[in-house]
Amino acid sequence: MSRAPRIAVAVFPGTWSERDFAHVASTLGWEARLVWHTETDLGEPDAVVLPGGFAHGDHLRTGAIARFSPVMKAVTDFAAAGGPVLGSCNGFQILCEAGILPGVLLRNDHLEFRCDWQGLRVEHAIGPWLNDLAAGEPIRLPISHGEGRYHADAATLDELERSDRVALRYSDDAGMVSADANPNGSLRSIAGIVNERGNVLGMMPHPERASEGELGGTDGLRLFRSLERWLVAQPAAAERRL
Amino acid sequence: MRWLAEVHVRLQPGIADPEGQTIAGGLRSLGFGSVGEVRAGKLLRLVFQAADRAAAEAAIDSMCRQLLANPVMETADWELLVDDDPGDEATA
Repeated sequence: MSRAPRIAVAVFPGTWSERDFAHVASTLGWEARLVWHTETDLGEPDAVVLPGGFAHGDHLRTGAIARFSPVMKAVTDFAAAGGPVLGSCNGFQILCEAGILPGVLLRNDHLEFRCDWQGLRVEHAIGPWLNDLAAGEPIRLPISHGEGRYHADAATLDELERSDRVALRYSDDAGMVSADANPNGSLRSIAGIVNERGNVLGMMPHPERASEGELGGTDGLRLFRSLERWLVAQPAAAERRL
Repeated sequence: MRWLAEVHVRLQPGIADPEGQTIAGGLRSLGFGSVGEVRAGKLLRLVFQAADRAAAEAAIDSMCRQLLANPVMETADWELLVDDDPGDEATA
């Protein structure tokens, strides 16, 4: 791919991380287009981001109303065609409500909103979003959520593990997974998962908030670098017009 | 006809409910030591139009399945009444 990557960042009423994603994209020389939730055309992106926030006020359930926004039809089609989609925090909640990813995010087990740096262990280091990382590697990213407790029935959890679709687990800074290192009570310490095809990643942490050294860490930047590498390696996918 | 539905949305049994546990702890600390499990949920009160009871039941059932509850974690049950309160708003 010769031109700069182009990402579409969906914006719902109450989304709060869209400009952070656009800012990181601009520091990399990428093009980022903010797409209001009533729009139906994503504008031929290479990848789509559903950022964090409180879409539609999180009313009824997180992501429950956002799922019906017109832009979600385009996001669903883009994902179904194999396009790279990243849902972070509220974006992960929306992907689950929309049925693009399995499971649901419940109130944190301690009922507190948790805003902190969090250790994570990379479990699934392939695909468009994580290929620049290594399986088993510990990373640190910020979390910022009140409803991040991943839940799915046991059969779904077993299937996620069997098919290597658990992407990230909460851990200490050395990558050790334990109940103490789990910030919200997520089942099996799950912090992020991918869909069957591997092109859609949902994760509670915020990579866009850890992409510049001044902010305390750059592990998040590696998700952007992963996408860049993936697009270069798959010119056919990158040049696809969806 | 105008109908009033009260929809109770509950977390499925077996799913940890920290809100209910916290409420139970509060009640016990107030001296209600006999309080056992508390489960928190949501009550939604809807006013809507439907031709007859069968149509109203079909509508509320569909609303629950499509939006009001997420079957991954919740259950929904409802009570349906003829709404005779002129103060309620329902579109024809």
